[in-house]
Amino acid sequence: MPVLEIKNLHAKVAETEKQILKGVDLTMEKGQIHAIMGKNGSGKSTLCQVIAGRETYEVTEGDILFNGHSIMEMSAEERAREGVFLAFQYPVEIPGVSTSYFLKAAVNAIRIHRGEPELDAVSFIKLVKEKQKMLGIQESFMNRAVNEGFSGGEKKRNEVFQLAVVNPLLGLLDETDSGLDIDALKIVAEGINKLHEQDHERSWLVVTHYQRLLNYIVPDIVHVMIDGRIIKTGDKNLALELEEKGYDWVERDALASV
Amino acid sequence: MTQLADKIEDMTMSEGPAWFEDFRAAGREQHERVGFPAANDERWRFTNIGPVTKTQFGIAEAASGGDMFDHYTFGKDAGVELVFVNGFYSPELSKIETLPKGLSVNTLADAASNGHADIIRQHLGKQADLTQHPFVAINTAHLRDGAFIHLKRSTTVEAPIHLLFISIGSDQPVASHPRVLVVAEDNVEATIVESYVGEGKQYLCNAVTEVICGRDCRIDHCKLQMESVDSYHTAVMQVEIGKHTQFVSHAISIGAKISRNDLGVKLAGQASYATLNGLVLLSGSQHCDNHTMLDHASPDCPSHELYKHVLSEKSSAVFKGQILVRQIAQRTNAKQSSKSLLLSDTASMNSMPALEIYADDVKCTHGSTIGPIDDELVFYLRSRGVGFEAARHLLTYAFAADVTRRIKVVPVRRRVEDFMARQHGLPQDLRINDLGAFDEAVIR
Repeated sequence: MPVLEIKNLHAKVAETEKQILKGVDLTMEKGQIHAIMGKNGSGKSTLCQVIAGRETYEVTEGDILFNGHSIMEMSAEERAREGVFLAFQYPVEIPGVSTSYFLKAAVNAIRIHRGEPELDAVSFIKLVKEKQKMLGIQESFMNRAVNEGFSGGEKKRNEVFQLAVVNPLLGLLDETDSGLDIDALKIVAEGINKLHEQDHERSWLVVTHYQRLLNYIVPDIVHVMIDGRIIKTGDKNLALELEEKGYDWVERDALASV
Repeated sequence: MTQLADKIEDMTMSEGPAWFEDFRAAGREQHERVGFPAANDERWRFTNIGPVTKTQFGIAEAASGGDMFDHYTFGKDAGVELVFVNGFYSPELSKIETLPKGLSVNTLADAASNGHADIIRQHLGKQADLTQHPFVAINTAHLRDGAFIHLKRSTTVEAPIHLLFISIGSDQPVASHPRVLVVAEDNVEATIVESYVGEGKQYLCNAVTEVICGRDCRIDHCKLQMESVDSYHTAVMQVEIGKHTQFVSHAISIGAKISRNDLGVKLAGQASYATLNGLVLLSGSQHCDNHTMLDHASPDCPSHELYKHVLSEKSSAVFKGQILVRQIAQRTNAKQSSKSLLLSDTASMNSMPALEIYADDVKCTHGSTIGPIDDELVFYLRSRGVGFEAARHLLTYAFAADVTRRIKVVPVRRRVEDFMARQHGLPQDLRINDLGAFDEAVIR
């Protein structure tokens, strides 16, 4: 059974009625890494947010199946508890709330949902230390307010760290590479690769504008998104082709085939 | 004459020296002259004080503090605790046995009759001007008792001095008019807490506090207002500080149907420093009005002001922050900020900075934000599995924690934390420190 199945998904911005997604079809098998590439404004980020349950967008048509069940009626937190994790393109700063407190609340909300006992302080710290060690992340993170005063790189690393602690079934990485220098990019990519190697049951949807991230996180499948639709799907070589030739030829091909 | 004043003459003024009558007479005269704030009075523009002025309040009678005392006493956390119930001093509930050297704490009436008459006559009514505040006139007209704190030169008092004013309302509306006078000489360090709490139906607590500080002092003041939500609370606090003195105020407004605080600090000595922090937490149809006045009357004085409001349901609040920089007050550095979180569409906030600057070398900044919780922050928390309500509560708690965490008096901070945890369904043992580091920006 596919972990994620998106069928003819249409979505608009609820406030302005602007149509962003115009019939997205996508199927992901368990354990795969998929990449969605596309120009700015093509709808990649919107797709991630719609999957995660952001209410700013209104789905007007279509369906999203997660492990065979529609999640359309689920709230954002229910989707998260079921195993969907969105790593933000622009992680927000949350003054006054430490990563430690917030993350423990998140982990325990998920555990309660699964009928597992809540982690006490000691087990939680153990889990955190284990993940920090794996990712090579410094500990001071935990006692600072979530992302407050963090650099772009620190914010992205905090996203990957949270992802590691929450350990979702499906990780949506929304432009995780944007604003990162090559060193930060490597650290983030290595983190994702470690998580992937550790557990092949987990699946990853990587959204990116550039091919360079895909040098480090090698996708099984690459999709090209233009104007709210996936117009081409291929293997990792498609990403290289896009890097070389740009997006225009895909667009022309797509138009020609209509 | 107004209804409140009708009652004044019937009072039996058993406590205090005979010369208190001179003060009462002056208060009565002023009240007869000006009455209550008129509907078109600019200083009362956003606060309808009608329910207070139209109610016929009797004079509160002595009562037992009961549960209220158990709930709000600092116990062993207070060095000194003076307890008043309906304005009457309760020697049974109070704790004044072991005073550090240089500190005297007493009831105002007793101190004025026994040994402190001169210093009280010298300072009482000098800071809180009854011609400026209608409610000071009313308080003065009812002058009977309250607290007197005297800190002699070079006195350091570690444990907080707690003044606990309990009001017990009954079927008949009653009023009490506590009066506090604090005189600190030079080089004094002390923490003073005023708690105003109560239960029961419509009563009025109309307090006046005057603080006079010499030079090189460090005075921390907390006011915790957790009156019954069926009551009215009006309070004027006027402070004057000398050279190099640092005065820190935390004003927490949680209770009362209608409350109004006028807090004024005069920076009278060079390089004195005032910090005014406020937290207003309202729900239902509560209303709270904070008027603050920072009077920069000397050069080289910094002042910092941060007022935060969390308003839910149909509650409303007013913040008016006046900063007066007199011509002499060169190199003033005043920073004011008012932030308000509206948790419902029906809550409302009026925030008004008012800067009056006569010196030319000054730095004054002010900022005001009013808005709902940022959706993006809520979504971020939800996308990690935290529920919608829990996310909102957590963000609200963190917003308020920006003020709460600065409160050094542990029993006050605990009470605010507990109140918020109760109101926001957070774990009862949640402490600000659990949450981590802070700043602003929860508001869009």
